[in-house]
Amino acid sequence: MAPPAHWRRAKERYRLLGSKCENCGSIYFPPTKVCPKCRRKGKMVQTEFSGRGKVFSYTIIHAAPKTFEKYTPYILALVELEEGPKVLSQLVDCRPEEVKIGMEVEACFRKLFEQDDEGIISYGFKFRPIDDSWRNKQSQN
Amino acid sequence: MRETGVCIGVDGMIKKRDVAIISAATTRCGEQWDKGIKDLAWEAGVKAVEEAGISGKDIEYLVVGNMSGGMFVGQEHIGALVADFLGLNPIPSLRVEGACASGGIAFFQGYLAVASGLYDIVAVGGVEKMTDVEQEQATTALSGAMDFEWEAYFGATFPGIYALMARRYMHEYGLKRESLAKVAVKNHYHGSMNPLAHFRNRITVEEALNAPMVADPLGKYDCCPISDGAALVILAPLEIAKKYTDTPIIVKSSVMASDTLSLLRRRDICTLDATVNAAEKAFKLAHLERSQVDVIEVHDCFTIAEILAIEDLGFVKKGEGWKLYEEGETYVGGRLPVNTDGGLKASGHPVGATGVKQIVELVKQLRGEAEKGRQVDNAEVGLAHNVGGSGATAVVTILSRG
Amino acid sequence: MKVGIVGYGAYVPKYRISVEEIARVWGQDAGSIKSGLDVIEKSVPSLDEDTATLAVEAAKNAFKRAKNVRASDIGAVYVGSESHPYAVKPTAVTVAEALGITPHVTAADLEFACKAATAGIQACMGLVRAGYIRYGMSVGSDTAQSAPGDALEYTASAGAAAYIIGGENLVAEIEGTYSYTQDVPDFWRRECAPYPRHGGRFTGEPAYFEHVIKSSKGLMERLGTKPSDYKYVVFHMPNGKFPLRAAKVLGFTIEQVNPGLVVEKIGNTYSGSSLLGLAAILDIAKAGERILLTSYGSGAGSDSFSIIVTDLIEERRGLAPPVKYYVERKEYVDYAVYARNRCLYRG
Repeated sequence: MAPPAHWRRAKERYRLLGSKCENCGSIYFPPTKVCPKCRRKGKMVQTEFSGRGKVFSYTIIHAAPKTFEKYTPYILALVELEEGPKVLSQLVDCRPEEVKIGMEVEACFRKLFEQDDEGIISYGFKFRPIDDSWRNKQSQN
Repeated sequence: MRETGVCIGVDGMIKKRDVAIISAATTRCGEQWDKGIKDLAWEAGVKAVEEAGISGKDIEYLVVGNMSGGMFVGQEHIGALVADFLGLNPIPSLRVEGACASGGIAFFQGYLAVASGLYDIVAVGGVEKMTDVEQEQATTALSGAMDFEWEAYFGATFPGIYALMARRYMHEYGLKRESLAKVAVKNHYHGSMNPLAHFRNRITVEEALNAPMVADPLGKYDCCPISDGAALVILAPLEIAKKYTDTPIIVKSSVMASDTLSLLRRRDICTLDATVNAAEKAFKLAHLERSQVDVIEVHDCFTIAEILAIEDLGFVKKGEGWKLYEEGETYVGGRLPVNTDGGLKASGHPVGATGVKQIVELVKQLRGEAEKGRQVDNAEVGLAHNVGGSGATAVVTILSRG
Repeated sequence: MKVGIVGYGAYVPKYRISVEEIARVWGQDAGSIKSGLDVIEKSVPSLDEDTATLAVEAAKNAFKRAKNVRASDIGAVYVGSESHPYAVKPTAVTVAEALGITPHVTAADLEFACKAATAGIQACMGLVRAGYIRYGMSVGSDTAQSAPGDALEYTASAGAAAYIIGGENLVAEIEGTYSYTQDVPDFWRRECAPYPRHGGRFTGEPAYFEHVIKSSKGLMERLGTKPSDYKYVVFHMPNGKFPLRAAKVLGFTIEQVNPGLVVEKIGNTYSGSSLLGLAAILDIAKAGERILLTSYGSGAGSDSFSIIVTDLIEERRGLAPPVKYYVERKEYVDYAVYARNRCLYRG
């Protein structure tokens, strides 16, 4: 793929951006140009998600296309964001046997793939389990 | 030569004609090292034309389902290519694409052409040559059926998408991997009696469960193979069909529906709404009830897909499809025989050909010509269900014996 | 006009490899290596982590602590590293884009071995003081390379620390900075070479100690301060031994050094090293306490800073995970997984 194909969606992939309809308040992911509810009356603007959500479903990928082969096995999760929409990405810093439906996760920034040793590096959001243990420890101090 | 273009009724409205299948043929499915895309299309075409006892010159229009000639064999322009190889020039010839539903869509298009009165004799083909590329490249080509920007780009694979459905289904309805295995065991059993099937070996639940994982919870035996193959059927208006065959198979309805390409925006990831919508309309147009269907060919690209299919087609309540497999009801001889040719799992999944191949199997069943052991007794009505991607396209076709 | 730290953030990858595991592979005596370096394990990045991703995570934490600073308020972004993912194409733009700082911002990658990010802080201080920008951000981030079997392999690790520099809403004021720089070939990596080379023991006296000590002394002389004026001191940490020796020479006590000594369990995070040490101190320091920070970059140079913690630290530090959390959050990998994650084998 040539650079424009990566670049076009980079902001949305880096920051987990979706679309919000200013007419009805509905939030969408992936970003969309039309509000399916309001159609022509809708006015879509970019919106940034908190990145927090829950695992809605997951799988562990053992057989992957070449670009992802070196990462296998990896966890692919369908995450329901706290704002409602679902997003799909990998779940990292988590062992395959630890993932569960309903697990609380947050977005993090990772490398998605490299085209080859000399090609473009694609970055974007992935998810990791939320670990708030440090908050309790701090309040005890 | 034809005299009229479109059938106009006395009220001036376009009148739909009854459409029948006069012949149907497939190649063997599997790794056919010695055959290229042209050879496969030619083989299915010649078989169908010979069976119909027609001359190639009688064919007025050709529609070919093909998913990704470009990525699998570096060949586009498949419509003209197949017409050329079948000696059908200069008729109009069209390639249609809707991922793994390409064949079903081709049939739907051919049906429209005859039903509308625009053409009498129409050939509907499907062809895919998948083994000329490395497995990873085939995986990449198939990934194209998903949303590239928001699914494949993040590492989703095709089995992975169905695995997400399967995992959620397990969570909601208590399905176990053992039940998924039973889908594969049944399809291998049916496939073992089909001389044209990709796999003709029978397997056990244990073998399926112990096979390597592809996308947890889907293992090797939960996934259909990568196959080469082609299929072709010839359609004609019912009155004309009777000239060619004593056993025309009537197309009661053929309906296509679409849905979001990506799983992200589905209403429910355990339901293929495109299947639900296409099936509703197909039964309505056919004036038939589910209970009247004797045999079904469903799109089991993965074992979970077969369970979702029989639910979404309305044969069993959502969440209970897998229970039929516990009871063996989907075998030939059972209450709802499913995939009597072995399905995509055992008979093979040459993606663009599959939708047409399913029709060929139903024609066989409705004519009572299937091999011993996999022929459904006195089958009169059959249903074919072909899916593109993870459910963005579905085609449901209902056939009956003339 | 005051200038100082408005927000700070740390990040260390989850995975660790122990000195024992590395020594096992090369048939070396783990005990003497551990006691020689005062390092027992080091952080290992995941296969999908690099200097840019580490920098983004640290920068996100810095933003959490710089509560009211909006991304668009940042006028400069510098990323200091010696393991930028691209030889040409800045890491800083990826970081700025990922945080929504673009497009009205100046950005650049800096390289000065392990001290590039403190040079970035100085650049931000200058721009803020001059009134060109309201806030600037400097991130030190590395996924440090080391040749398999080289002595560096026991310590070269991964981590990042990000600092938002401004003139208002300070959690710590920077009251002065001083640098000391000379051309010293103690450690280098040529263009296109995958791993750095070094001068062995030559990296000590004429390199690390010469610069760390002279820079720290220079700063204190300029400000008229002495070691006892500082509650804490943090130096670049190539291992656990060097900082303690430099402290001793300068007249600092072990107690002043220890809170910022974060090398034992995460290794040498290169550009992140001294700044992670400073972050660990900011995690515990009280208002009014003074900190001396001296970085070191091979090649060679040191930047020193005299920092005074403000009242604001109390309400801000709890807004993001402390360094201690990252140090303690860990999962061990064996050398095979480490080799896979670090792409040590080439097919």
